[in-house]
Amino acid sequence: MRAGQADDGADGLRRFAAIWSRAIYPATATSMTRAEFEEYLVPLAQDLSDALRARPFDPRPAVGVGAALVAAHCTDPEALPRILGVIDAYLLLYCPPQNTVPADEARARCARLQHWTAAGFASALRERTLFEQEAISRAALAARTEAEQALYESEARFRAVFEGASIGIGIADMDGNILEVNDALTQMFGGSEQTVRSRNVNEWVHPDDGPGTWEMQDQVARGELDHYSIEKPYLRPDGTVLWTNLTVSLLRDSAGAPQYMLALMEDITEQRLMRERLRYEATHDALTGLANRTLFFERLEEALDPADGSGSGAARLGLCYLDLDGFKDVNDSLGHATGDLLLVAVAERLQACVTSPGQLVARIGGDEFVALIVDPADRSEVAALAELIHTALADPISVDGRDLSVRCSIGIVEGPAGALGPAEVLRSADITMYRAKAAGGNRSALADPDADARAITRHGLTNRLPTALERGEFFVEYQPLVRLSDGSVRGAEALVRWHHPVHGRLGPDHFIPLAESTGLIVPLGRWVLAQAAQQAHDWQLLHADGPPLRVNVNLSPSQLHHPALVRETVAALAEAGLEPSAICLEITESALIGADEELLRPLRQFAELGMDIALDDFGTGYSNLASLRQLPITTLKLDRSFTLGMQHQPVDPVDVKIVDGIVQLAHTLGLSVTVEGVETGLQAEHLRVLGCDTAQGWYYARPGPPDRLHALSLVDAGSA
Amino acid sequence: MVERPAWAPQGIDISVPSVSRIYDYYLGGSHNFEVDREAGRQAIEVFPGLPKIMQANRAFMRRAVRYAVDQGVTQFLDIGSGIPTFGNVHEVAQAASPGAHVVYVDHDPVAVAHSRAVLDGNDSAEILAADLRKPRDILGSEPVGRLLDLGRPVALLLIAVLHFLEEADEPRKAVAELRDALAPGSLLILTHASVDGGPRRPEQGDRVEGVYRNIGSPLIMRSRAEVEGFFDGFEMVDPGLGPMPLWRPDPADGGDAEADPVIYTGFAGVGRKA
Repeated sequence: MRAGQADDGADGLRRFAAIWSRAIYPATATSMTRAEFEEYLVPLAQDLSDALRARPFDPRPAVGVGAALVAAHCTDPEALPRILGVIDAYLLLYCPPQNTVPADEARARCARLQHWTAAGFASALRERTLFEQEAISRAALAARTEAEQALYESEARFRAVFEGASIGIGIADMDGNILEVNDALTQMFGGSEQTVRSRNVNEWVHPDDGPGTWEMQDQVARGELDHYSIEKPYLRPDGTVLWTNLTVSLLRDSAGAPQYMLALMEDITEQRLMRERLRYEATHDALTGLANRTLFFERLEEALDPADGSGSGAARLGLCYLDLDGFKDVNDSLGHATGDLLLVAVAERLQACVTSPGQLVARIGGDEFVALIVDPADRSEVAALAELIHTALADPISVDGRDLSVRCSIGIVEGPAGALGPAEVLRSADITMYRAKAAGGNRSALADPDADARAITRHGLTNRLPTALERGEFFVEYQPLVRLSDGSVRGAEALVRWHHPVHGRLGPDHFIPLAESTGLIVPLGRWVLAQAAQQAHDWQLLHADGPPLRVNVNLSPSQLHHPALVRETVAALAEAGLEPSAICLEITESALIGADEELLRPLRQFAELGMDIALDDFGTGYSNLASLRQLPITTLKLDRSFTLGMQHQPVDPVDVKIVDGIVQLAHTLGLSVTVEGVETGLQAEHLRVLGCDTAQGWYYARPGPPDRLHALSLVDAGSA
Repeated sequence: MVERPAWAPQGIDISVPSVSRIYDYYLGGSHNFEVDREAGRQAIEVFPGLPKIMQANRAFMRRAVRYAVDQGVTQFLDIGSGIPTFGNVHEVAQAASPGAHVVYVDHDPVAVAHSRAVLDGNDSAEILAADLRKPRDILGSEPVGRLLDLGRPVALLLIAVLHFLEEADEPRKAVAELRDALAPGSLLILTHASVDGGPRRPEQGDRVEGVYRNIGSPLIMRSRAEVEGFFDGFEMVDPGLGPMPLWRPDPADGGDAEADPVIYTGFAGVGRKA
């Protein structure tokens, strides 16, 4: 029975809990499931049930029930009537206290249990609310403390940056009153913070302030410009100038309103001095202190720039290009130190000649000076300056106790700006100066377009020549050499030509002297030899049955000085597969006048290798006939001048006699004779009779491409 | 304006309502101040169902966390965790799997301070002050490095937080960046406010959005398609994206006869990284 009662009791308790759960669950924020929540309520129902029947009756366990419900997150006030309503309606029904408690008493007990449940609920809710409020307040406080600490650290960092920065930092209000400056800025201004802070930003005007400085500052102060960067000078209290790289920024508050102006400045005083010194050094000649080539060209370009409102361009300009006559002799005879002193003295006198701001004297080369006149009144002003310079240099210059006379040549250019570029102007002046020099020196010459044009051609070739070989602009033509005894083609002379992109086909007269003076003759000569050797080889293949064709190649004096000449020549022959005897090297008579053994050594080596060596232009160089037998030559090549008199009837008997004598002499010495410039059959016949061995000239063929020679020799073979 | 440098602290202003304390208020908690309650009351006034939605949110979270543990995932990264009140991820997870590791992330300094107090003494759970907008700060943090093994699956919880990210915050990029750092088998557990579905009328959504906009934390309602977009690179776990109560309901929750239909508002879903 008791067991049954107990079962009934447990069953009733569960039923009560189920009803209770159904009523409360929707009003709770618990994270329990419904089933879990119901389970959670069972012990609470048990507590109420126990209290209901307890003797003596004590309602206080109900306090714990209320608290437990709060603990289960039944914190919504709406939950309380649900909690109490179910106790009121169902506790006695499902958990009756049996007969030990009268019905009235049971009702009263149930009511009191509700009172204490409510009390427990309220008390726990209050505790919980206070606890949570305190917890969140503590969290807020902790967060705030943390943030303040972070802010403090951040400010400390900023302060350290501000104080420790090597860059000057200053903050001013929007009226320009300086609020704070850092140590670096104070030091820049001489070390007194008070001096700096007592000033208003707007007082720091300096005469060298760049254009627009204060307009930008005003814009920042009005909030129209957010920042600007400039180079700005400041006057220090001690009167010296501080140059700074200044950046001014506008600081706005969170609403965007201008609040402060921030200045960051870097001391560039030293840098600026250095820069100015470097600029000076870059634009002035270290020896004489005159403007150098760089500065001269800057000024010249400025002057030549069309006047477009910037005001720098000039309408006309004048130039005196000056070169000392014979300065090299001074250097050579008295030494460079004396030469330098002379240049310094000349520079001083030249400097004294120019007085107006529109004039500039520059040293642009060793002993080359130039005076520039921007906007001269007329041509005579430039000529007058040249005259002044001649006068200024007329008095001897005393150097190291010697009185040195100075002579100079001046090229004068004067004309409208904008017609020529700077390089052309200078070249024109240069050419004109050479004209003055060529006319005897110590004088001035005025630029003349026609004279310029002639000289410029030479200039043009000079400029083009160094790259012409790489560009493949040279080619070789061949002029046949004919044996006079039978008219057969013996070989040909290789003659180099230049196919100039502008001037067209140029003969060696136009560029060989240039090549000699520039040193290009060595690679050019090497190239010609290689071409000729290859060609000779090709001919040999074509004429395998006949006598071998030979090729004559000119050798310039400069080539003779080239140490690798023999080695390179041998290599070129080997490359072409040609035996040395198929080559005849021609060297001009004048090149060998007074030649020493050193110079003759390569020729002897060539001779030993079996090459023929011809003395070219024989008879024009006053050669010592006695020395002929010492030279390693095999052939005399008679200059055309000796045979001109034989071209037409009547033949000049003197020419005949001279040629006869030379041929006798040559044959006596074992040399063969070749005659150049044969233009008529009459001439050829006379020379044959006189015993000359070979001839070349227009009578046989002009120089031409190698296949022409082939055709010629075939014709010859046919006619023979 | 120049951007505030990372090391310059954000101020604490408790006169400004905080979404995490308002959330606590919806749930009947007292971890809030009058400004929060005032904002909460305004929101409830225009949309009385809010507390129910929050409860449904937490019930979903509880089921999803248990699901994760069932799947063998015992590492949790809960971003936008807010004020820990009760039934939090670590309680649910650690009840189901005592060794579960949880890293909470929030950018509200008060929520962070409170979380720190609540988690004091729990070696397996930690709070990190960081922002969902900067996933790299989260992934590279010390607590994540210490508590989470990114070589194994992690459950990433983004419960009621993505709707506080505006398009300019590039929420999809943030989620993708987190996804890329997670191992295959990781889970994305997500809820998001929406005017699609549920009984809420669009204008109510507008008014709730208005309340949040006024407190400086705009609430962005997104469409189903937009919310689905967050699951790029994840395979949806059954039953897919849908109302919170329909996501694997717990039989222990009993019938939902009394349930307020308002809880069908918004979207909940779980995705598994392939």
